[in-house]
Amino acid sequence: MNSVIFRVGSSVILPFALLLSLYLLWRGHNEPGGGFIGGLIAAAGYASYALPRGYTALRQVLPIDSLQLLALGLGAALMSGLAGLMADHAYLTHAWTAMGGMALGTTLVFDIGVYLAVLGAILTFLSLFLEQ
Amino acid sequence: MTLFLLIFLPLLATPVVYLMGRVSNPAFIALVPALLFCGFAYYAPTVMELNTIVQHVQWIPSLGITLSFRLDGLALVFALLITGIGTAIFLYASAYLPRNEQTPRFFTALNVFMASMLGAVLSDDLLGLLVFWELTSLSSFILIGYDPARAESRRSAQQGLLITVAGGLAMLAGMVLLGSFGGTYRISELVANDTGARLSGSLGAVLVFLIAAGAFSKSAQFPLHSWLANAMVAPTPVSAYLHSATMVKLGVYLLARLHPVLSDIALWTPLLLAVGSLTMFCGAVLALRETDLKRILAYTTIVSLGTMVMLIGVDHSAAIIAMLVFLVVHALYKASLFMVAGIIDHAAGTRDSAILGGLGKAMPITAVIACLAALSMAGLPPLLGFIGKELIYEVALSGRVPYMVFAVVILANACMVVVAAVIALRCFFGQGAEAALPPGCKPHDPSARMWAGPLVLAILGLVLGLMPKWIQSLLGAAAASVQGEAVNLQLALWHGLTPMLAFSMVTLAAGVGFYLFWSRVQRCLHSFGVIDRWGPDALYDKGMEALSRFSTWQTGLIQTGSLRHYMAMSVGIVAAAILIVMVASDALIFPPLRADGAGAEFVLPLLLIAASIMVLRSRSFVQGIISAGAVGFGVAVVFLLGGAPDLAFTQFSVEALSVVILLAVIGHMPFRSADPRTPGQRARDAFIGVLFGFSFVAVMFSVVALPFNESLSDFFRESSFPLAHGRNLVNVIIVDFRALDTLGEITVLALAALAAVAVFFGSSRQDLPMDRSAPAISRKEP
Repeated sequence: MNSVIFRVGSSVILPFALLLSLYLLWRGHNEPGGGFIGGLIAAAGYASYALPRGYTALRQVLPIDSLQLLALGLGAALMSGLAGLMADHAYLTHAWTAMGGMALGTTLVFDIGVYLAVLGAILTFLSLFLEQ
Repeated sequence: MTLFLLIFLPLLATPVVYLMGRVSNPAFIALVPALLFCGFAYYAPTVMELNTIVQHVQWIPSLGITLSFRLDGLALVFALLITGIGTAIFLYASAYLPRNEQTPRFFTALNVFMASMLGAVLSDDLLGLLVFWELTSLSSFILIGYDPARAESRRSAQQGLLITVAGGLAMLAGMVLLGSFGGTYRISELVANDTGARLSGSLGAVLVFLIAAGAFSKSAQFPLHSWLANAMVAPTPVSAYLHSATMVKLGVYLLARLHPVLSDIALWTPLLLAVGSLTMFCGAVLALRETDLKRILAYTTIVSLGTMVMLIGVDHSAAIIAMLVFLVVHALYKASLFMVAGIIDHAAGTRDSAILGGLGKAMPITAVIACLAALSMAGLPPLLGFIGKELIYEVALSGRVPYMVFAVVILANACMVVVAAVIALRCFFGQGAEAALPPGCKPHDPSARMWAGPLVLAILGLVLGLMPKWIQSLLGAAAASVQGEAVNLQLALWHGLTPMLAFSMVTLAAGVGFYLFWSRVQRCLHSFGVIDRWGPDALYDKGMEALSRFSTWQTGLIQTGSLRHYMAMSVGIVAAAILIVMVASDALIFPPLRADGAGAEFVLPLLLIAASIMVLRSRSFVQGIISAGAVGFGVAVVFLLGGAPDLAFTQFSVEALSVVILLAVIGHMPFRSADPRTPGQRARDAFIGVLFGFSFVAVMFSVVALPFNESLSDFFRESSFPLAHGRNLVNVIIVDFRALDTLGEITVLALAALAAVAVFFGSSRQDLPMDRSAPAISRKEP
């Protein structure tokens, strides 16, 4: 775990994994990808970065706490359903708007919620393990 | 004023009741039932002309469940009893119970209980009735367990809940059967469709049995009667309310309500006759054994309930009339007598009738109440109880009742005479034993709040006995709703010299005889210790003990604490369940094999098999994890080639993550490198593993062999873009079509993470060094 190759390699992996995960999250509605896969890849990036370095290093590259991340994700997913309620539809009926010829909807908020929840949950497990 | 409002007014008033219990005199809470009584009385003239008032409220429209309420004669009689006696009880309780922090809670529970009772008797929908029925069980649990600090009170509350809720479950099954057979859950429609006549054979018998089991548990029929006597640990207002007009009458109500539907079924009459008369007999014997006033009264309640159940079972038009008159008689005198028992308890400090006596001089008002109520209980003229008893004898003499039951009726009525005499004569005019009373007790009449209610009820028993015409049309309407046709009901105090009168005299003589030798009868009955050791109450305890022994045994068997054992159990049971079901239902099919396909389709399986063998043959954990990862990646490639890029993507990420994390974990853990299993254990594990693999292969084969139903995937393919603006079907399903499922899944994920945090910090007593900037995972200082 503390091999030089892994340490150096993983520091390169993290930014690329995060970029890839965001890209997958964005294109997920039309191409393979989505919040769940994106969250998993981001988590894999963080995991490979933190495993050889420890908990403190993980905290340094993670802007907020993993449980807060989880709460944020769950909250975003919950809130995204309210738009439907306000329009007098069933809960989680998504609303859409066309911006510059591209359809944008509350599905994206929901998917970001899934992304953050998956990432937050795995990072929580990871940090519990690293703290031991 | 609508019917709906009348039912929900007490529920809506709950916060007000709570606040009134806190800030002002709780006597004002009695205004709630009083108001409701007036509301129901307002409907009386309409209902007495055999009209019904019906109201429907949409409840769960997507499931077609409505709350239907229907006020007919039977419902009105019950509603008037519930609210009328409720007023007396609320008033009485406000003086009986000490005012403390329990007060608001108590009145809130009492209020919710009353509302649930009203809902149950007014529901025209079987499911609505069931919901309110269970609500009465729950709120009576709180009322019986008024003093949670006492073990006795907790036990009684639990016993009442378990017995009545278990009965409710049986009833639910019966109601679902009835509703699906009849095609409607509305009782009035079931009656109108003549559903009962079409029910026959074993289905009818099962139905009657299930529904009657629910009613019997609620109405404390033998052998489910023990909870009722034990519920006497509750404060007296609760006992008085539960036993006179409400809880225990609900079973009787249900039987009467469903009588037109179920009475055609052959099991109905023998079941009700047998259980009812057995209950009467047991209740009478147990009542004669007791000396505690409240417990004596509780057992006479059981006798009365048995009488009513028996009367519903008799196939005779007079039986329903007798049941209804007796219902009102019993509610009036039993409520007053219970409240009298509470007054005696308060004034004399004891409820033991063996030492009570001569209270009449000190408590004249209470003595008058007790005498009036007791005369009605004993069935003496000119009280309403006399009319009730004459009617019961009329049914018993009709020739539709077996001789055994007739004998039990005489015994039960004699028992009533004895108990009436014990309460009215012995306690108030018997040999006073002042010295035996607890020290410092000066018997006295209570405040008006405590005697007003019982006095009104007792006087009603007298007035209605003299003027039975006043309730004639109301009871006629109630009988009509049970019989399903208009009933010619003529109540009169004096019938002339009839056989019924002769039997009344016999009963009275027998009762007086028993009373004179009361202490000897008691001693004799007490010698039957078998009742205490093997009665239903003792059996209940034994059953509960056996249940906890069983669960200890079962927990030891399943929860061994060994991870390997858990795995073997879960995997083995899943495999066995799948294979048994598949073989038993003949679902094991093999798909036709194809020999064509691309090269990868042949290479991949070989690779997967090779990786699997490597997992089995690996000598260390690291080797094993990497080989297992290789299997996972191979499966991901299968997904990719099979046209499921999203699934493959996810599989790749999950595999990568788990290999990285597992390897890290292994590096930290002090795993033993050698396999500690014996060859026998290894063989067993291998067997379970093969079984599991085989069962899933069997499932896969059978699934693949069946023709694929494309309607769902066609729908998603067609509507994904037009409806959800997305071309990635998987993602559209996850975030849009089935977003609620996803929401549930990420909630589970979040809960798992939280649970891990809790387990982690719960198991480590020491305050581990950690980053303080992490507020959400901060733990409490030890």
